[in-house]
Amino acid sequence: MHLPFWSRIRKTRQGKLAGDEPIGVGDNPLLREETTGASEETQWRLIWRRFRRHHLAMGGLVVVLMLYGVAACAEFLAPMNPRAFDSKYPYAPPQRVRMFHESEEGVSFRPHVLDYRVELDSVQMTRVFHDDPDQVVDLGFFVETEPYRLMGFIPMRRQFFGPVNPDHSFFLLGADRLGRDLLSRMIYGTRISMTVGLIGVTLSLVLGITLGGMSGYFGGWIDNLIQRLIEFLQSIPSIPLWLGLSAAIPPRVDPLMVYFYITIILSILGWTGLGRVVRGKFMSLKTEDFVLAARLDGCSSGRIIRRHMVPSFMSHIIATTTLAIPHMIIGETSLSFLGLGLRPPVISWGVLLQEAQNIRTVATAPWLLLPGAMVAVAVLALNFLGDGLRDASDPYA
Amino acid sequence: MSETTPQTAMAGTTEPTLDTDELLRLESLCVHFPIYKGLLRRHAGDVRAVDDVHLSVKKGEVLGLVGESGCGKTTTGRSIVRILKPTSGKILYQEEHGKVVDLAQLNDRQLFKYRADIRMVFQDPFSSLNPRLTVGDIIGEVLEIQGWRKSDINDRVRYLLEKVGLRPEYVGRFPHAFSGGERQRIGIARSLATNPRLVVADESVSALDVSIQAQTINLLQDLQEEFGLTYLFVAHDLSVVEHISDRVAVMYVGKIVEVADKDSLFGSPKHPYTEALLHSVPKPDPKRRRLGTVPKLKGEVADPANPPRGCYFHPRCPYAQDKCRVERPALRALPGGRQVACHFAEELDLEGIPAVE
Repeated sequence: MHLPFWSRIRKTRQGKLAGDEPIGVGDNPLLREETTGASEETQWRLIWRRFRRHHLAMGGLVVVLMLYGVAACAEFLAPMNPRAFDSKYPYAPPQRVRMFHESEEGVSFRPHVLDYRVELDSVQMTRVFHDDPDQVVDLGFFVETEPYRLMGFIPMRRQFFGPVNPDHSFFLLGADRLGRDLLSRMIYGTRISMTVGLIGVTLSLVLGITLGGMSGYFGGWIDNLIQRLIEFLQSIPSIPLWLGLSAAIPPRVDPLMVYFYITIILSILGWTGLGRVVRGKFMSLKTEDFVLAARLDGCSSGRIIRRHMVPSFMSHIIATTTLAIPHMIIGETSLSFLGLGLRPPVISWGVLLQEAQNIRTVATAPWLLLPGAMVAVAVLALNFLGDGLRDASDPYA
Repeated sequence: MSETTPQTAMAGTTEPTLDTDELLRLESLCVHFPIYKGLLRRHAGDVRAVDDVHLSVKKGEVLGLVGESGCGKTTTGRSIVRILKPTSGKILYQEEHGKVVDLAQLNDRQLFKYRADIRMVFQDPFSSLNPRLTVGDIIGEVLEIQGWRKSDINDRVRYLLEKVGLRPEYVGRFPHAFSGGERQRIGIARSLATNPRLVVADESVSALDVSIQAQTINLLQDLQEEFGLTYLFVAHDLSVVEHISDRVAVMYVGKIVEVADKDSLFGSPKHPYTEALLHSVPKPDPKRRRLGTVPKLKGEVADPANPPRGCYFHPRCPYAQDKCRVERPALRALPGGRQVACHFAEELDLEGIPAVE
């Protein structure tokens, strides 16, 4: 339907070269008017230019992209199998990476960690982990591992970094109750936690644009009904409602199905805010002269909405959507933390945080709180990104 | 579908007819907006924006429609192009080959055919152009919907741009790259895209500054001559109307109070409201300023939701008599093809303003 923006620019450049006199008006001085020398830019280029000036938002964008990159390449990035447990290492503390190794031959550059020697403290009834200088676990980049498929289709035999000998264990951020590597689990958890937001928001977007759009475009009793529904949904305290809905999930379903149920539950509440925004936009645009002009041109309702109304607020929608993702992430985390969302063996940040529920664990293994930090980073980054998008979304303002 | 078209439905009763030189005739046109009050949205009355309007537009003329803000002139224009559905009354339109249709009765699908014949130029050159579309897309939209070929649309858009005094190369630009006057030209080009027969210009120059106004009016006049257009020119600025119109209709609180050709209306008004309106125009000449013996209008425009009894103008009329307070004057014909809605049109000796040389 449209030419790409660069062809438009090229066309006018040629046009500008073609002649200084406006064609057809040269003879009438009254018809000559000063033209503003504005260059031609598409809306998205203007948005991007303005967005780039927003440093915090740019930072947010980088972090968000990195997080989704991590989610996509979890198998490549995770140093250990997130599900491999080892009875030797429950609550093993983070290991310090040493760069140089001292031996009889002298000091050599050899990144490694020292494996643990575990002793049982019979008085405190705890395990005590000591570094064992004799057991060196060599680390390396692009080390060999079990074959896997990156993003499900690229066959790979190597991973980003990890122990050179695949049989060795390595806990950069410590281990959990079953001696599983927390870093690897956090990397795998990114996958679920970051996509819950995306899928939930997509569902909310569909619901919000459809219902909000109907509400704003048709008005009358439809509007009244949908707005009262939104008010009703918003008036219910969200946690009890989530709990109620999660309780309705059949107890013996596949953990992956639970994930879909959870996204649906989150978006059942999540669309309301978006629906309001869309309704307001539709109502204000409906009476704009250019929409009336489109009606006079004989456009159908569908064409008016698609071609004239939605593009006018798509940028706002994107910004609002970005700001809605963090709510979804928090929602998933809260539900899983309370044990009503995702359940092991599914790995999400909320599931990981479940392990840090009692004070004793937190006191003895504080690294188990790290997934919480990931949640905070992700939510902040998405919020900054959304703020920047919202500020940049109206380049003509 | 065709069995139920209004024409055939009406054929059994009375076939509407128009004089051969008439393009459009409004018969008892009413547009009322309901007012709802309270939680239960009780119907509490109507704003009678357009109330029993009779008006005819002749082929090839420029009919000026003037009045104060809120008198219903824009609403009248919008119901003619059928953005609004009239509450009652008829909008009779004579097609090229003489067939007469009542636009007020048609639904959106039936109106489609006439959307190309009757076009509108909007008041605000900023809000009336979609900022996300290029000039070519804006002007060509109606042609695309009418099913034109892409290359034909492109040629037509370039031709139109040239006609309204813009460079055809601007076809790929977005509206924000243009000044107000240029944007209004784009709006005019859009309205002319389909070779319309009637153009409703709704305050089309009001948002422009005076020098650009003059250019735009001249452009509209040139285009009228070239394409044989008919304009319904809605405006509140009398000097603009005087410049462009052949005939002028004056509206007050949803009703037409006077219709006459331009010279007789400005030279010897027959309705007290017309007189007051003419003399409210600021006079750029201090000598003429002193001549003003017509008293200034007192009070506010009547509330169209709650109009006064009798003549709507009587509370503000300096010549009002008892009859005016009780009996509502109808729009009646006077000699010389004029129409006026005043009981004392013949008796009153009202003062016009001299034509501007």
